[in-house]
Amino acid sequence: MMHPSSSRARAIAAPAPVAIPVGALLPWAVFGLLLSVLMLYFVGAEQGAVSLISGHEVHEFVHDGRHLLGFPCH
Amino acid sequence: MMAAICWASPATKEQGFFLMIAGRLLARGMIAGCLAAALAFVFARFFGEPQVALAIAFEAARSAAEGATPEPEMISRSVQASYGLATATVLYGAGFGGLFALVFSFAYGRLSFQSPRVLALLLAVAGFVTVVLVPDLKYPPNPPAVGNPATLALRTETYFVMIALSICVAAIACLIGQKVTQMRDAWTGWLCGGAVFILLVALVQFGLPDVNEVPDGFPAVVLWRFREAALGMQVVLWGSMGLIFGALATPVLTGRTQRS
Repeated sequence: MMHPSSSRARAIAAPAPVAIPVGALLPWAVFGLLLSVLMLYFVGAEQGAVSLISGHEVHEFVHDGRHLLGFPCH
Repeated sequence: MMAAICWASPATKEQGFFLMIAGRLLARGMIAGCLAAALAFVFARFFGEPQVALAIAFEAARSAAEGATPEPEMISRSVQASYGLATATVLYGAGFGGLFALVFSFAYGRLSFQSPRVLALLLAVAGFVTVVLVPDLKYPPNPPAVGNPATLALRTETYFVMIALSICVAAIACLIGQKVTQMRDAWTGWLCGGAVFILLVALVQFGLPDVNEVPDGFPAVVLWRFREAALGMQVVLWGSMGLIFGALATPVLTGRTQRS
């Protein structure tokens, strides 16, 4: 008598989500953390309070983004 | 020996499978961050840049009144306001997109949310409050001409300390909220977690040094509009990142449940 639509049937039958084990997450976490922090560093702090590359080009190029994204700029 | 191989084989296969899922989620998080950043850039271009221009005009008028020679322009204003702003926003979006995907990968299946879309949106709201709203309440974004260059090192340090402490406070509140949820119910858990978060944020913000470096005569309306635009840009970025990542992560995760 009842013909549940396929999407509805799948929603009910969907099994509980399985957690990704920490062991499988760890290598990606190290890689992702390093990459993300490096990108955020160049937007937020390079050639401002700290400077790895001499000059002001990086600071000047990301200047407006640094202000609008809330980092102290100068 | 044979038994050992038979035991090891499914386990390593399973491990490799989860490794692939985690990697795909990380990549899709960064893609979602980049797409969200493109939307945030459009918002900032229309609402943020006019205020930046007004602040720079104030700065120029002030230095002209003092008789100082204007600073040489290394990179033109139009490049700063277009390619520069776009690059900075996309780097920021990709960076936080990656971190967001890692937090999501850990939370999925560990918090009591079945739908990847709901979990992604909820984590995006939590990320916005923790990484942007709470730090900005103490150290709001400042337009050019606001802020003394001599205190830049101190301001940068306190700003990043504020973000780090905000993340710690959110983690503590989350753990306490989950503990209470297991002992009582979800409603009490959310209330306790929220109360702990507000209390600890208030303590941290009370303890950190104040910064008050708005120059005399700086138009209050420009400062307010600039801060509105900066916060609006972050709402666009985090909101769309949560929605886009939810849509991108669902096929990755439902593919997994079908296989197992």
